[in-house]
Amino acid sequence: MKKTSADVLPAVGGQGNEPLLAVDNLHVEFHTRAGVVRAVNGVSYTVAPGETLAVLGESGSGKSVTAQAIMGILDMPPAVIPKGEIRFKGTDLLKLSEHDRTHVRGQRIAMIFQDALSALNPVFTVGWQISEMFRVHRGMSKSEAMKKAVELMDRVRIPAAKQRVHDYPHQFSGGMRQRIMIAMSIALDPEVLIADEPTTALDVTVQAQIMELLAELQRESQMGLILITHDLGVVADVADKIAVMYAGRIVENAPVYDIYKAPAHPYTKGLLDSIPRVDQKGHELYAIKGLPPNLLDLPTGCAFHPRCPLRQENCVTDAPPLYEISGTRGSACHYWREVLDGERR
Amino acid sequence: MSNPTPPVGPGLPETQTMVSDTVTAPAPERQGRHAKKSGKPASLWTDAWYDLRRRPTFIISMIIIVVLLVMSIWPSLFTSIDPFNARSCDLATARQGPSAGHVFGRDNLGCDLYARTVYGARNSIVIGVLTTVLTTVIGGLLGIIAGYRSGIVDTVASRITEIFFAIPSILGALLIAATFRGQYNSILLVIIALSVLGWPMVYRIMRAAVITAKSQDFVVAAKALGAGSGRIMFRHLLPNSLASVIVVGTINLGNFIAAEAALSFLGVGVQSPDISWGLMIADARNRFLEAPLPLVIPAVFLSITVLAFIMLGDAVRDALDPKLR
Amino acid sequence: MANGGEPVLEVRDLVKHFPLNQGIVFKKQIGSIKAVDGVSFDLHRGETLGIVGESGCGKSTLAKVLMALERPTSGSVKIGGRDIGQARGGELKRMRRNIQMVMQDPYTSLNPRMTVGDIIGEPYEIHTEVAPKGDRRKKVQELLEVVGLNPDHINRYPHQFSGGQRQRIGIARGLALQPEIIVCDEPVSALDVSIQAQVINLLERLQNEFGLAYIFIAHDLSVVRHISDRVGVMYLGKFVELGKDAEIYDRPAHPYTQALLSAVPVPDPEGRERRERIILQGDPPSPANPPSGCRFRTRCWKAQEICAQEEPLLQIRPGTGHLSACHFAETHDVVHAG
Repeated sequence: MKKTSADVLPAVGGQGNEPLLAVDNLHVEFHTRAGVVRAVNGVSYTVAPGETLAVLGESGSGKSVTAQAIMGILDMPPAVIPKGEIRFKGTDLLKLSEHDRTHVRGQRIAMIFQDALSALNPVFTVGWQISEMFRVHRGMSKSEAMKKAVELMDRVRIPAAKQRVHDYPHQFSGGMRQRIMIAMSIALDPEVLIADEPTTALDVTVQAQIMELLAELQRESQMGLILITHDLGVVADVADKIAVMYAGRIVENAPVYDIYKAPAHPYTKGLLDSIPRVDQKGHELYAIKGLPPNLLDLPTGCAFHPRCPLRQENCVTDAPPLYEISGTRGSACHYWREVLDGERR
Repeated sequence: MSNPTPPVGPGLPETQTMVSDTVTAPAPERQGRHAKKSGKPASLWTDAWYDLRRRPTFIISMIIIVVLLVMSIWPSLFTSIDPFNARSCDLATARQGPSAGHVFGRDNLGCDLYARTVYGARNSIVIGVLTTVLTTVIGGLLGIIAGYRSGIVDTVASRITEIFFAIPSILGALLIAATFRGQYNSILLVIIALSVLGWPMVYRIMRAAVITAKSQDFVVAAKALGAGSGRIMFRHLLPNSLASVIVVGTINLGNFIAAEAALSFLGVGVQSPDISWGLMIADARNRFLEAPLPLVIPAVFLSITVLAFIMLGDAVRDALDPKLR
Repeated sequence: MANGGEPVLEVRDLVKHFPLNQGIVFKKQIGSIKAVDGVSFDLHRGETLGIVGESGCGKSTLAKVLMALERPTSGSVKIGGRDIGQARGGELKRMRRNIQMVMQDPYTSLNPRMTVGDIIGEPYEIHTEVAPKGDRRKKVQELLEVVGLNPDHINRYPHQFSGGQRQRIGIARGLALQPEIIVCDEPVSALDVSIQAQVINLLERLQNEFGLAYIFIAHDLSVVRHISDRVGVMYLGKFVELGKDAEIYDRPAHPYTQALLSAVPVPDPEGRERRERIILQGDPPSPANPPSGCRFRTRCWKAQEICAQEEPLLQIRPGTGHLSACHFAETHDVVHAG
């Protein structure tokens, strides 16, 4: 008989009060000709069943690399994970053999990508691609698997699923393709779903449809959802808690209501001030000055210091740890109190 | 907002190299290859030339090419023996090994191998270089026009090249060379025959590269500025399509020199008493096992020539890509 | 800012259809994609008209027709009283000096094999009468300074700059000929959040400094609200609603506008459960075969018999103060509700 993921990992529950998924002090480097790119520098976060964690960051912040490390889909080399743990129900995934890892990938932890068109194979029908999940991992017959594929397409609300199951990816619109991707990712009832910019390429009305679908699926199955995005609006809409990343580190984490009410890191504050809003017409936008850092050559001390309006001397020399503000909040700024107070004026 | 670099890949996910914007950011600056002052205007070509002069591959290949050119123009500078003088050959010494005064030994007819190789350079290099230039200019020009214009121009040009592609090139060249044999200089005939059949390859490469470049936004931007077809083709499309054409061109150069050998062997190329490397290789084949040098020496010269041009092509291609400087 | 006087740009009944052909040798037209299908508006000096809509609504085609990169099927685009859609040769070239564009993708919109100086200086090489040869380099350096870049970087290549800086280079190129109108096609959507604000602020500063009129095309409704004086909402090649920014955002009258606005995530979790959300079903119909009557009726919750038969015109409807194309137009604030 085929080894299933249950043989590799303990069944539901795990050890003690371990969270569903815990990333602990993860480091990822890329060894390139130009030098060592420190993409992730000590990231820690957890996700509980039914919880939505939003990982917010700009390009180069390391948010996608962290997700790829969780999935085990980084190209190694050039990527290297020198330090850290990724615990799924208490089992460190990084210590598993590649063979055992494949039982976790896709079955227990699944991922959806930004670009659904390039993630789907253009020469196979979508039905074939969805049913492949069942044939390969569940050993189902072709017709059985196809039936399950239609069910799944129904579940992600693709109209006329029965007919469209034989269509090819290019025959679907962008939103429908993203639904197909979601169908594939939830086919094996994963416990953690990582969504990497799932709606960035989509129009707002379609984006709303997809986010609603994800929320519904999550309610039904109590998946832990990691939503990777740069969009502060989407985060505010769906997240339970947020981890803000900058230059490969988490600079602030907090429950979603707290962070929007009063950010505790100047970068978060700058982001919130710099976005225009549909519900009000502001004056000039606040612009964070400067550019995102060069990962080949990170600034000393706090990586945000060259762009920070509150910079003091020790910011240039000492890298701030993630200070604990409360049980659920942290900020990697020496002056988080000032940032918080400034907001509460 | 979308990530301009693909998120997954072997390179650097989510990374881009940045140079500081001095107005807004004091981040350390990654110095380019030379500190450019804003005083003198730079352009792709002046920068490429500046860059080339510092590339070892360019310097080495240019030294080899210059030596070869001098050799083809003034072969007597390299040898005091005149291979066209019948008295310089002696059948009794045929296939003799290297000796004093005859560094590479003698060939099947007892002629000095070194002298013949030096005098053979002219025809081989003239054929190789001129054919490459002709095919690149014809194929490149037609390719850029067809790729840019598309529509009926493209359809007609592409169908014509397909006809040329259908002709086996040696057979076609043989036909052309045989038909006009005697009416023209045999070297010229070889060049024309090889060019007529060689340009469609360059055409295809150029056309494909232009079609890729054409869809980029900077071409639309140029049109919006009111740029004419000539400017778009030669300022925007050409520099962005040149790389693959240069690679193909330099590889073709070796093929053309070799093809000349095949034509000579078939009796329509360069004919004795003229000398070319191809002809020498063809002549030496039968006795290769007894005397390898008469074949090996011109073959080595041919390889060095081709290698030098390929190195030159690579250096030029890299110099024309600002990202690689 | 939207003042009276002569408009700098007058667009009337603009139509752009792309033929759908079948066959290679003997082409037969089997239909057409109605990308832009009857669009009219004015643009005044110093004003920003935002154009929003989903992908495929024809907003990018509209930009191309305004820029005379595509010839209109019918209708007119008048700049300073002359129709750029009909202009040819030298006249067209002269008219281009007055309308320039900033493109979406800062990575493909700059020729990687030209220096920044050559890119920004190209307008002067094409329109040699604008600046004498000796002055061009100085002008390019001034432009670099205007958009907030270091004039000493004139000899660098685009890849040596970040996305936001490249977009500044693109803006400098657009400014070189001192146009009155700049068409911005998704100018910030490819940029990081923290960089978007820098570029938006730059565009606003330049507008004030040079009295530019912008056509600002974007799918991001928040950005459009921020920068626009008036906003047009496009659906399947037509404006469904056109009005001042507050009219569109606070008192939208067309159901499509309302759905669009309600779908925009607000960066504030407070009250997110109560927020009104109109989730449209399905995808927009194909522009090759738009629905009869009102084009939005297939996805509209208000649709009645009349919507299939009679096309609603873009006009001021009772109870609303601005133009909308709906038989049942009714203002309803979706953004601030809840």
